[in-house]
Amino acid sequence: MLPAITTDKLTKRFGDFTAVDQITFEVNKGEIFGFLGANGAGKTTAMRMLNGLSRPSGGQAAVAGFDVYRETEKIKKHIGYMSQKFSLYEDLTVRENIQFYGGIYGLPGKEIRRQVQELIGGLGMQAYANTLVKSIPLGWKQKLSFSIAIMHRPEIVFLDEPTGGVDPITRRQFWEMIYKAASEGMTVFVTTHYMDEAEYCDRVSIMVDGRIAALDRPRALKEQFGAGSMNDVFLQLTRPKP
Amino acid sequence: MRTVLFIIRKEFLQIFRHKVMLPLIFLMPVIQLVILAHAADFEVKNINLHIVDQDRSQASVQLIGKFRACRNFNLVGYSFTNQPAFDEIQSGDADLFLEIPPNFQRDLIRHNAASLQISVNAINGVQAGLANAYASAIIQDFNRQIRTEWARSPALKAPAGLSVTYSNWFNPDMNYQTFMVPGILVLLVTLIGMFLSGMNIVKEKEIGTIEQINVTPIRKYQFIIGKLLPFWIIALVELSIGLVVGWLIFDIPFVGSLWLIFGFAAIYLLVVLGLGLLVSTITETQQQAMFVSWFFLIIFILMSGLFTPIESMPAWAQAITRFNPVAYFVDVMRLVLLKGSNLMDIRLHVAVMLTAALLVNTLAVVNYRKTN
Repeated sequence: MLPAITTDKLTKRFGDFTAVDQITFEVNKGEIFGFLGANGAGKTTAMRMLNGLSRPSGGQAAVAGFDVYRETEKIKKHIGYMSQKFSLYEDLTVRENIQFYGGIYGLPGKEIRRQVQELIGGLGMQAYANTLVKSIPLGWKQKLSFSIAIMHRPEIVFLDEPTGGVDPITRRQFWEMIYKAASEGMTVFVTTHYMDEAEYCDRVSIMVDGRIAALDRPRALKEQFGAGSMNDVFLQLTRPKP
Repeated sequence: MRTVLFIIRKEFLQIFRHKVMLPLIFLMPVIQLVILAHAADFEVKNINLHIVDQDRSQASVQLIGKFRACRNFNLVGYSFTNQPAFDEIQSGDADLFLEIPPNFQRDLIRHNAASLQISVNAINGVQAGLANAYASAIIQDFNRQIRTEWARSPALKAPAGLSVTYSNWFNPDMNYQTFMVPGILVLLVTLIGMFLSGMNIVKEKEIGTIEQINVTPIRKYQFIIGKLLPFWIIALVELSIGLVVGWLIFDIPFVGSLWLIFGFAAIYLLVVLGLGLLVSTITETQQQAMFVSWFFLIIFILMSGLFTPIESMPAWAQAITRFNPVAYFVDVMRLVLLKGSNLMDIRLHVAVMLTAALLVNTLAVVNYRKTN
């Protein structure tokens, strides 16, 4: 079985600054892959190269079997993306946002209508269906963003800090949604700052200064670093050396 | 095509949802049209005149009477020496003074010639030029009159004068509004179109939604067309409203075909909106887009031939106007609405606009990058 994502010495430079420095890894199909790192470690930049928003400066990578240099538009058919910056239209209603993105992904009209029902029902957002997105609570916005990012049934979904700033209950619900998507065979590539969330992942990589400093199953990493939690692992790796 | 429709629907939803946008798009231009059409009038009225009469003769009184009768002049002062006139020009109370020298009437009768002096405050060159012209016309008229009156006296056998009569084609009354309204309408449609489209993509960049679009398999041309069409429709509606206002309030003659006007506008708007989108693709914030749009608009508007005739510009400036879409549309509006030109007459304009539309929009599509 082909891996969902493979990278080989993937690099991105902005002038003299190397944001992502020769990272090499594989993400298996159906896996929940945690992509960890401090602010500015290069997580978002790496993710943007993989989903075709940013052109790599060097190295190789393939997403869903397509090359990140030559086949970005093919990649885009097979992925979903939820960016760090909230990116639904605040001046459209919940329903209109779903309809719009369904249309952009080329879903047939019947399918869009079905998704509108299912999505709003599934999220328990009936009361908000015709409310402008700007007036619904953040947690619901994030859940809606995720649902819209996967409404076209992509093979891989990229989530960039999807739970930033939301309450613990909503985070829990969010991860239930992620598990559900993974159980249906979707590959989930997720960045986070919450170390408890790192424990939920099948495998995690930890980026430090543009490089991958560690990559394994959470349990294996804890053993390797002799740490009680992922939090300790993270601190050991990212804390500035004295 | 379906994808394009989804974008168009979304744009319209967003435009009509914002309560400030509707009056901004549809009401403001009408107000501007009404105000500007009355204000942008090259006729100079209410010129404040001071007369220095050092002669105090029958002839001088007659001349003064002529000035008083002219509606372009306001007689604000009358004196027998120069000083009060200087003062009034200095203080701004008078724009112009006419000095009738001593012995004006005597010279006129004895030597069949006399001189008058007109001094104009020329800070506003246009007003000064016109004030001069009006004053000269009145004096000429006075001249003719006294010649006919006094012709009986054998001493004043004046040579037969040559007079010229004018016939103003296509705008027989030399009505400035007839001349200006179609042009102002072009400007308003251009402003609204360029700003709406210029701000649009860059706004999505600012709020971050463009990323979400760029990560979808949407084709670049679909996105650009989807962004262009809503504003194209709005601008055409705007033009229709403006034409109705021009017809109702300003009595603009519709000599030529309206189909031709709208046909040309349809192509013209592709150019203007395409330029806006191009600006949107090369800038990162709405503020930048605003500045870049203004840079072009100011040049387009001042060099459009609306306020100053292109024919009187220096050769290099005339060369620039050949790249100015606004100049073409102003020209076409006047040609078709006032003169009744047909498609054959404006075929060159159409060809240029078609080429420009193709060029600008191709550039906008190429320049819009989904991958940075």
